[in-house]
Amino acid sequence: MIIYGVAMLSVCLVAGMLVGEYLGVLIGVEANVGGVGIAMLLLVLACNMERFKPMVDGVSGDGIKFWSAMYIPIVVAMAARQNVVAAVDGGLLALVAGIAAVVVSFALVPVLSRIGAAPEPIQSQDGGAE
Amino acid sequence: MDVLETTFSRNGLVVAFAVVGLTVWFSYWLSAKLTAGRIHGSAIAITLGLVAAYIGGLMTGGNTGVADITFLAGVGVMGGGMFRDFAIVATAFGVHLSELKKAGLAGVISIFAGVIVSFVVGGLVAVLFGYTDPVAITTIGAGAVTYIVGPVTGAAIGASSELIAMSVAAGLVKSILVMIGTPMVARYIGLNNPQSAMVFGGLMGTTSGVAGGLAATDPRLVPYGAMTATFYTGVGCLLGPSVLFLTVNAIF
Repeated sequence: MIIYGVAMLSVCLVAGMLVGEYLGVLIGVEANVGGVGIAMLLLVLACNMERFKPMVDGVSGDGIKFWSAMYIPIVVAMAARQNVVAAVDGGLLALVAGIAAVVVSFALVPVLSRIGAAPEPIQSQDGGAE
Repeated sequence: MDVLETTFSRNGLVVAFAVVGLTVWFSYWLSAKLTAGRIHGSAIAITLGLVAAYIGGLMTGGNTGVADITFLAGVGVMGGGMFRDFAIVATAFGVHLSELKKAGLAGVISIFAGVIVSFVVGGLVAVLFGYTDPVAITTIGAGAVTYIVGPVTGAAIGASSELIAMSVAAGLVKSILVMIGTPMVARYIGLNNPQSAMVFGGLMGTTSGVAGGLAATDPRLVPYGAMTATFYTGVGCLLGPSVLFLTVNAIF
C-alpha cells in the first residue's frame, strides 16, 4: 500500500525533527539542529533493515519515490516564495557580503573534497533531472 | 472575478501544483528550444521562480514572494518548510550508507569550515565598509552564514533592527546565489560525486540554496548535500553569539 511508504517517510521526518529540536534545546540554540539530516539517516537505515522491507519495497516504496520526484517542483515553489525584494534592497554591503561568502565557499569545495577516500563520480550522462 | 478568486484561494495547494507544473513544463521547453539543453530545465524553473518572487514582492510589499498574491497563496504552502523537508528526506530513499560513511569526516569538517569561513568573509566585508563595532561586524558576518544565523546571533548580542535586516539580506543574497550559481560552477569545483556533494552542503549550508542548487545540477546529489547542510544552521547558531562574537570582540 502506498500509504505505508508515505507513513514511513512521515515518521522518519517527525522523529528526526523532534531529535533536532531537542538537540537545539540541549545545546541552547534557537534552531533545529540537523533534524532533516537525522530524518534522512533514519530513512536510509530503515530501508536497509529486513523488518521494514514490506514498507519500502514495491508499491509502498512508490509512496516514497513520489515525494522524492516531487522534490524539484517543490524547490521551484520554494524559489517563488523567497524574499527576493529584501535581498535586492539589502544594499551594497549585504550584496557584497553574500557574494563573497558564496565565492569563497565554492572555492573550498574541491579542497575539502580531498579529505578521506578518493571520490568516484556518479555515472553522469547529461546531469539530467527526472 | 469574485468567484474566480474564491475558487483559486479555496484550492490553494492544488492551484500551486498546476501553476508549478506549468512553469516546469515551460522551463524545459525553453531549455530545449533556446539553449539546446545546455542550461538545465530545472535551473530555468528555479530562476523563473525567483523572478516571480521578486515581482510578487514588488506587487504586494509582502515578504514571501508570489505567496502573498491571494490566488497563488498555495505556492507558499507547497514551497514552505514542511513540504520542502518532506521531499528532501524522501530523496534519501536509495542512498547507500557506505557513501555517507566515506564522506563522513570531510562532511563534518566542511560544516565547521563553512560556518567559520562565511562568517569571516562577511565580517571582513563589514570592516571594509567601515564598521568597527564588534556587534555590527558579528551580526553581518553571521548573516553571511545564513539568514537564520544572522538574526539569531544579532538578537542574542543586542544588534539594532537595521543591522539584523542587513544580515538577513546578506543571507538571502547567499541563498539565491547558491541556487543560481551552483549549476554554473559545478564542473569547475568537481561537484559530481556524493563526497563533494556532502562537502558542498556543509560549506554552503543554506538549506534552500543547496536544495535548489543541487536540484539544478544533478538531483542524484541532493540527498548528500542536504544531509550536511541541515546541520549547518544549528552549528552557526551555536558558534555565532558565542565563540565567534567573543573572538570579534577581542580583536576590535
